[in-house]
Amino acid sequence: MENMTDYQKIEKSAKARKVTGNVITYILLVFWAIIVLFPFYWMVLTSVKSYSAYNSEYVPKFFTLSPTLQNYVDAFTAVPLGKYLLNTAVFTVITTAVMLVVITLAAFAFARLDFKGKNIAFIIFLSLMMIPNELVVITNFVTITNLNLRNTFPGLILPSVTSVFYIYLLKENFEQIPDSLYFAAKVDGTSDLKYLLKVMIPISKPTLITVTILKVIECWNSYVWPRLITDDENYYLVSNGIQEIRENGFGRENIPAMMAAVVVISVPLIILFLIFHKKIMEGVSRGGTKG
Amino acid sequence: MEVVLQNLTKKFRSRDRKNPQDVIAVNDFNFKIPDGKLIGLLGPSGCGKSTTLNLISGLIKPTSGRILFGEDDVTDLPPENRGIGLVFQNYALYPHLTVKQNILFPLQNLKGKDKLSKPEMLEKAVAAAKLVQIDELMDRKPGELSGGQQQRVAIARALVKMPRVLLLDEPLSNLDARLRLQTREEIRRIQRETKITTIFVTHDQEEAMSISDMIVVMKEGVVQQIGKPQEVYDSPVNLFVAKFLGTPPINVFEGQVRDNQLFIGEDAVLDVAGVENQEVYVGIRPEGFLLKEDGPFCCSLSGVEVMGRDISVVSTNKASLNPTVRSIVGTENKINIEAASVRFELKPAKVFLFHKKTEERIDFEVRV
Amino acid sequence: MIRKKLSNSSLKGWLYLLPAILFLGAFMVYPLIDVFIYSFEEGYNSASQTYLGVGLYNYSYVLHDPYFLQAVKNTFILVIITVPLSTGIALLISVGLSSIKPLRNLLQTVYFLPYVTNTLAVGLVFMILFKKTAYSDGLINLLITWFGGKSVDFIDGPYWAKMFVLCFYTIWVVMPFKILILTSALSSVNQVYYNAAKVDGTSKFRTFMRITLPMISPMIFYLIITGFIGAFKAYSDAVALFGTDLNAAEMNTIVGYVYDMLYGDSGGYPSYASAAAILLFAIVLTITCINLLISKKNVHY
Repeated sequence: MENMTDYQKIEKSAKARKVTGNVITYILLVFWAIIVLFPFYWMVLTSVKSYSAYNSEYVPKFFTLSPTLQNYVDAFTAVPLGKYLLNTAVFTVITTAVMLVVITLAAFAFARLDFKGKNIAFIIFLSLMMIPNELVVITNFVTITNLNLRNTFPGLILPSVTSVFYIYLLKENFEQIPDSLYFAAKVDGTSDLKYLLKVMIPISKPTLITVTILKVIECWNSYVWPRLITDDENYYLVSNGIQEIRENGFGRENIPAMMAAVVVISVPLIILFLIFHKKIMEGVSRGGTKG
Repeated sequence: MEVVLQNLTKKFRSRDRKNPQDVIAVNDFNFKIPDGKLIGLLGPSGCGKSTTLNLISGLIKPTSGRILFGEDDVTDLPPENRGIGLVFQNYALYPHLTVKQNILFPLQNLKGKDKLSKPEMLEKAVAAAKLVQIDELMDRKPGELSGGQQQRVAIARALVKMPRVLLLDEPLSNLDARLRLQTREEIRRIQRETKITTIFVTHDQEEAMSISDMIVVMKEGVVQQIGKPQEVYDSPVNLFVAKFLGTPPINVFEGQVRDNQLFIGEDAVLDVAGVENQEVYVGIRPEGFLLKEDGPFCCSLSGVEVMGRDISVVSTNKASLNPTVRSIVGTENKINIEAASVRFELKPAKVFLFHKKTEERIDFEVRV
Repeated sequence: MIRKKLSNSSLKGWLYLLPAILFLGAFMVYPLIDVFIYSFEEGYNSASQTYLGVGLYNYSYVLHDPYFLQAVKNTFILVIITVPLSTGIALLISVGLSSIKPLRNLLQTVYFLPYVTNTLAVGLVFMILFKKTAYSDGLINLLITWFGGKSVDFIDGPYWAKMFVLCFYTIWVVMPFKILILTSALSSVNQVYYNAAKVDGTSKFRTFMRITLPMISPMIFYLIITGFIGAFKAYSDAVALFGTDLNAAEMNTIVGYVYDMLYGDSGGYPSYASAAAILLFAIVLTITCINLLISKKNVHY
């Protein structure tokens, strides 16, 4: 009988400990979730408060009863936000497209073709992965300036159309396709280029999609290079636009309109993320880094 | 199409840096493959049979020697210009294409005057699919098919452009036992219908024997014997071939020839005329034993396995090079399982003598 | 004949590589060589593209520039605070995340959200949360006064307050990557080890210290190394919070100094920028090597 109660006691205390452990875990996790989400909430909230309402709140309110879309109208009319978005979209699409072509060809050469000097070339490529962008940006700035490409799309795009890391990633992927597929195609008289287009690219589609998404995120958020290379508003990307808005747009104090612009800029990527969150997270954990 | 291999040799550079000797994968292969036959290239792994197939396909270039398809010397021709169909061991189907697209793929590569219109291509693809009986599966992807079906698709893809020569690399090794039986009959049938000279590689002697018109037995890059399956089985040129063909495998003993008599241990088991006195290896096929109470060859009995059609007698003998001696006898024989030993008479046609050093077969006359 | 074929196929390989080689050569290899040359050319004039001599003057100028020293100090403080803190918190959250089932996927997705947002844009939100203006003390100050503290301007106020915001925002930005890497590392630890430990009656804490931590130590070191490299290159976070004139805000970073030297109000000195960039590279390289040496001794694989 005594033993029974002992066991019950042990059972009870174990259960209690488990419950408290769980509660603490959830509190911690939810707390961090709030820290992550709160800025987003605040940005949306502020963006729908009217200018006068916002400025009259000495103590900021956590909600608003009279939401307005006027700030969004202001964001598109008072500053060329539409132009910034368009520029960024053009920059992102062209950069990503050109990069995909360049890295696919290079990865194919490394993975499938045999040629003299391949190994040395590959080692040189790999060692380039260690070069930080900050080191080469100076000369690139001078180069682009000397080529008179400042404030042009080629000037924005050209330096970022290759990525050694993505070449490496894709090459690894290409190499997993069995050799026999290549031989089968060769026996059938398929040219290398056709084999690449018809067989390798379709099979490697998941990796290519991952690379595309990661590059799109990178392009959409790029700030440093566009800042160096553009000082004409007509070529600003969203990051530069935001900085410009902050320093010169709306009059410094129209925070709600600023937040509306921030929402507009953030939304495309957040939508992309919500659709592809599995792919994006998978791709990043396979070796992407921020920036 | 007749395929002629002349002094075909392939050496590979050794990967081992300490021992940079070339590896000879195929050594001086000479063979004229008659038109419209099914040929089995047979041997243990690493014997050079796959290399030979790849040489014929053109995926690798020979170190020396020529390859002729009929009158054409194709030695330096790239694979796509040779007019061959090739089926890979793992089938190498394009995983992202449907069965139909897979079969169409080779046709879409044709250029110039060979170029086909879309309906023509489709017609040919359907015909090839019908031939291998997969016309029901045209819109599936390879991942949705069973191994046997994938195999058929691979064959259809190889056949669709009507190759002059069809090459199959271990076509059955990825299939389970029952499918293997079925599929090999299928290959035989397709070959008969199309009359395309077909060469296939296998390490399974039963497979090769059962469907080939001719088999080529290889060992370490060297051709051992070429012939019709039954001929090779009945008169192997050396111990290796004798051991490689037949299930259960041949029983091998140490023996001596003394005064036209063959001794295994102390038993004089057979009269062999025309053979000099010497030490020999004796190979006896399992079906070469006859149970006889006063037979000359005595073995200690260890067991009997009844297999329905016939009986397998398992026994041991000191002179045997295998752990047990296996003989197959008819079910009409009655065996006393309790007995300590069993006596056999030997069928002379099923007994082979091999030279102790060279392991070449020694002919002997049978005295009746 | 054979020789011709060989060179043909070689040509083809190089042809496929050509675009990559051209771009990498023009925007990676050449600049890499050039930056060293720049850094030794004294008195370079970007208008006339002439220089007076070759030497170490650029380095000496940069090393004596109070703005650079301020930037180095800021960067080091930022690195020393954010790298251990963010890795530690990420570990805590990841362990918590792997121990629960309901809500796990949702939370994981939420945590990753900052990764896909524009650093500049969200930085602006942080700014208004922390900023004290004539109209409002801002939300954070409101919370501080609720809890009985004294409000402070985090954006234009004292140095430590600004540094706090910068660190806080940096951690917020780098967390998604770290949490993601650590959760996938944790989930790849074979359940068998935990079961064995459970049967032996090992306490949760001991299980964590003796089994989990050693098993994921390679990933932790990976995060620390990339964390160091990333934090040393901090720049856009600071711009987002304090605007482009970081020198005035005393919040400049080494990378910010490089860009300011290159371009902007104080710009036009590629030589100084190059020298500063090479100094940064040297610092990062040294720290990475030290990290690698330590990790070799401590990683349990």
